[in-house]
Amino acid sequence: MSFKKDEDTDELGALMNLDHSTVLQEARVFNETPIRPRHSRLLLAKIIFLLYRGDSMSTTEATNLFFSITKLFQCKDMSLRQMVYLTIKELSTISEDVIMVTSSLMKDMQPNSEITYRANAIRALCKIVDPSMLPGIERFLKSAIVEKSPNIASAALVSSLHLFKDAKDVIRRWSNEVNEALNGKSLSQGPSFFGGGSSAQNQVVSSSKIVQYHALGLMYAIRQHDRMAVLKLVQSFSGQNKSSSWMGGSSPMLRSDMAHVLLVRYAVRVMENDSSLLPQLYMLLEEWMGHRSDMVSIEAARAMCQLKDVTAKQLTPAVNVLQQALSATQKPTLRFAAIRTLNALARTHPEAVQPCNVDMEGLITDSNRSIATFAITTLLKTGNEASVDRLMKQMQGFMAEISDEFKIIVAEAVRSLCRKFPGKHSVFLAFLSGVLRDEGGFDFKRAAIEAIMDLAKNVPECKEAALAHLCEFIEDCEFTKLSVCVLYFLGEEGPLTARPTVYIRHIYNRVVLENAVVRAAAVSALAKFGVSPVADPSLQRSVRVLLKRCLDDRDDEVRDRAAWALRMADGDQSLRDKYIRDDSTFALAVLERKLVEYCADSAAAAKGSFSFESIPRISRAQEEESRVRARMENMDAVLTGTTLSAPSASGRAVGGSESAEPGTPGLGSGAAASGFMDSFEQQAQYASKLNAIPELAAFGDQPLVSSAKPVELTESETEYVVRCVKHVYESHIVFQFDITNTIPEQVLEQVEVVMEPEEDIEGVLQPVLVVPITELKCDQPGTAYVAFEHTDPETFPAVAFGCTLKFIVKECDPATGEPEEGDEGFEDEYSLEATDISAGDFMQATYIPDSHSLWESLGTEGEAIETFALASFDSIEGCVTKVCELLGMCPLESALKPKSKAAHQAVFTGRWLGRTRAVARTRMTYQKGAGVTMELAVRSEDRNISQLVVSAVA
Amino acid sequence: MTNLSLYTVRAVIILDGDGNRLLAKYYARGPAEQVYKTVKEQRKFESTLFAKTKKTNSQVVLYDGQTVLFTSSTDVYIYLVGDPEENELLLLSALQGFYDAVCQLVKYDLSKRKVLDNLDMVVLALDEAIDDGIVLETDGNVIASRVSKRGVDSIDVSLTNLNEQTLIDAYKQAKERFNLALLR
Repeated sequence: MSFKKDEDTDELGALMNLDHSTVLQEARVFNETPIRPRHSRLLLAKIIFLLYRGDSMSTTEATNLFFSITKLFQCKDMSLRQMVYLTIKELSTISEDVIMVTSSLMKDMQPNSEITYRANAIRALCKIVDPSMLPGIERFLKSAIVEKSPNIASAALVSSLHLFKDAKDVIRRWSNEVNEALNGKSLSQGPSFFGGGSSAQNQVVSSSKIVQYHALGLMYAIRQHDRMAVLKLVQSFSGQNKSSSWMGGSSPMLRSDMAHVLLVRYAVRVMENDSSLLPQLYMLLEEWMGHRSDMVSIEAARAMCQLKDVTAKQLTPAVNVLQQALSATQKPTLRFAAIRTLNALARTHPEAVQPCNVDMEGLITDSNRSIATFAITTLLKTGNEASVDRLMKQMQGFMAEISDEFKIIVAEAVRSLCRKFPGKHSVFLAFLSGVLRDEGGFDFKRAAIEAIMDLAKNVPECKEAALAHLCEFIEDCEFTKLSVCVLYFLGEEGPLTARPTVYIRHIYNRVVLENAVVRAAAVSALAKFGVSPVADPSLQRSVRVLLKRCLDDRDDEVRDRAAWALRMADGDQSLRDKYIRDDSTFALAVLERKLVEYCADSAAAAKGSFSFESIPRISRAQEEESRVRARMENMDAVLTGTTLSAPSASGRAVGGSESAEPGTPGLGSGAAASGFMDSFEQQAQYASKLNAIPELAAFGDQPLVSSAKPVELTESETEYVVRCVKHVYESHIVFQFDITNTIPEQVLEQVEVVMEPEEDIEGVLQPVLVVPITELKCDQPGTAYVAFEHTDPETFPAVAFGCTLKFIVKECDPATGEPEEGDEGFEDEYSLEATDISAGDFMQATYIPDSHSLWESLGTEGEAIETFALASFDSIEGCVTKVCELLGMCPLESALKPKSKAAHQAVFTGRWLGRTRAVARTRMTYQKGAGVTMELAVRSEDRNISQLVVSAVA
Repeated sequence: MTNLSLYTVRAVIILDGDGNRLLAKYYARGPAEQVYKTVKEQRKFESTLFAKTKKTNSQVVLYDGQTVLFTSSTDVYIYLVGDPEENELLLLSALQGFYDAVCQLVKYDLSKRKVLDNLDMVVLALDEAIDDGIVLETDGNVIASRVSKRGVDSIDVSLTNLNEQTLIDAYKQAKERFNLALLR
């Protein structure tokens, strides 16, 4: 470009400091005559640069700019016009009245204009056009679709796709034209094709044949709801080898690789659920795996791996293709695609992936960290005990070379391996202690020591060795938090080992050498050694001596802890157990929320100090369990890349939970599925939502009990989806209905649920309040409430309610969601499944520590026993799950996991209305033919309540 | 969820050697798919993405739940952000097409300076490569050929006396005068 060295070049070079207002000032150039195409083009480029850079432009500014740009249509210069089209497209979303340029654009898309004009005019026009105006330009678009020039055809097809969602009916009529474009009649390069107007390289022939891709995409969009038509489409392209009518030139051939990728997806889509077509699908996929293009073969292999009921034999060719791709050294993306597919496959069919183990081990050191991560996590799933040694050796080799972020993944991976192959603990421990000695940041070290702790807990044989490594670690640890963590762990596990004195020496070293925080933790750990039930008197004496020395510490927290520990050591055993060996903990989510509320409410402090009574307790085992589950989810998230960077991942997570309405947990986040920690958190969410409604907030601070799982009152695929959650207050019961409207053409107004009790509830429950949803648009869940007053606190009703959804339907435009004007709507009803309230709904599933002694202390006074013959169950497991659900109580340890098929005992705990403690014990036996026989005994502080709990099952 | 539509590209980003944005085009179709709504969020995404990728030459990365393909040259980094489940090779061909076209347009000397100097052509190439999230063309030669070269502001240099008239008017006028001269 000889003309490039002029004043514009420098001007563009200074673009980085380009000022928004200066550019807008300069835009006056557009009004000058004659138009200077070159100058204007560069100015337009600057405007686009501003937009792409992220500057925001106000509507007025954009509109003014837009109108001065329309003047540029007077100039016929090609280079300027192309830039004008682009600017119009970019401004079309900000500016008003963009519709003004329609006629100019229509002129440019006439068949006699230049090709570049036409293609760009079509794309710009479709960007600004209103669906209602589409019939006016239909003729031009249709002819453009079948145009010989791929430029114009692609532009028309893609633009049609953009318009499709708003103008389905019009575009459906174009299927003939689309078909013609698809079958490639027009793909031969006609002499009429000219490239960029003023450019010398006129006839550049597209090697990608991408028109077919666009045509296939639009064809599918048109036909997507017609299964047979899609099937025909797929079959017409898949029989290409056998096609005999090739001579006619009409033989359908897919020449575009991208189109072929689409074809694979469509084939899977229409054939996967039809068992008669499955053999054909397998055959096709296998054939496509041999396609010359990697893009297609990977897509086919991936599709095969994702099929639901695929057998190992069918997977073999797919795995072979992927295995080959793994060794494509020059193509990181191909390796990435392959390893990612294998990783997903390893979750469902680990044995099928095993042949690739050796190749994957080679990828652990891949320069692309995503690939290496996938390789490691895949190997974790497919690896066997024999390969562990080799794997660990390999990892050791490159630990020094990789970044911290990646080391964490490795540490996590090793941690999972420890669980899988406890027999190899010595290898893992050697590896972990080795990496602990190396340099590393906080997160990595934490991951490593957590892995060691995990190992110590789960593999008793290596506990002493693991503790020794941890002791060594804290001797020279720069992270206070980790020292504290390790000291706590030593305090927990150390006293139970054969020679606790070893650890005491290490711990006391900390007291001498470390900062106050670590010293305090060390004192607490020492205390645990001192009061351990297995500690012999001489050990106790020694610990007491050490603790006494700590009384002179500079820091008051350390002194306090030491004094407290000494007091404990002198106290009796039951006192020690209560404080030092408590196996329950608070549900932290609830505790946190309560504390925040307490601090925020200035009046609360005046009322009294914070009460721990209302905080549900869970066992440490459960806490651990939920932590493990969270960690597993994290691991899985790593695979999808979400947690590869911690800060942004947490940002996304927060965003996610905000977008998922509190009233519809489980819809947005899969995390709320199970677990008591989750259910407490969920209740906290419910409570804040309920409190937002003044009438309901009046019932009390928060519900005493909220049902853990929403109950579906409709099938999930129906027009309206409704789920119900029950909240029990001191003297009210609130039914929460989460309603989703799935019909895009309708807006519902005044949506409410009418509940008809099926039994007489006069004097027990009194309907007091109905909160309707004012407006319910498609796919925007809303929540309606029905509240009853519980007038007789002595009786707890068990009653079913027939539910009906009542609402006013208005037709609306699916695109905007706004109801049509003047539409009065009509009333309609929709009957739902019945919901009920039973004794289980009044029970809060809370873990009560030491249920055994509680059981004893409650005695037989408040006991209710009943025996049930449950013939309908065919396994203990099913029965115990159902019982747990009915009781609404918290299952202890292995309550839900029966060890034997014939007999099982389970213990449940809970608080009735969140107050009265109750323990339930069941014994059940199973006999084939007779079903399950169950004895249920409930003890609580109130005999009536025990009876009620038993009745929950009946 | 397999993506059955043609909408595959979520964003194209060009950063300079320090991770600053030169150009960024996010294609948003409806709020659900708009992952980074504000410019601030976009920039945060870009800077962390840059930090993650600047020292590698690994072509593809899974980042923040998106498949990101990237390529670089001296001090220019080009990223193409796609749906997480999208075929990586398909995305790669889209990125490659755009990259080839840009290289060709800047005479195979891809640097920050050249990108800024040829900004008009780079944005047009992007427009010809990807249309609102749909891959429009993957052949770099074709994309480059569809980008028009800068014209010349010839009118105001050579025909200053005819301001307010286009070339054709000028031609007509000249022809008339010529005819008149002949007739005379």
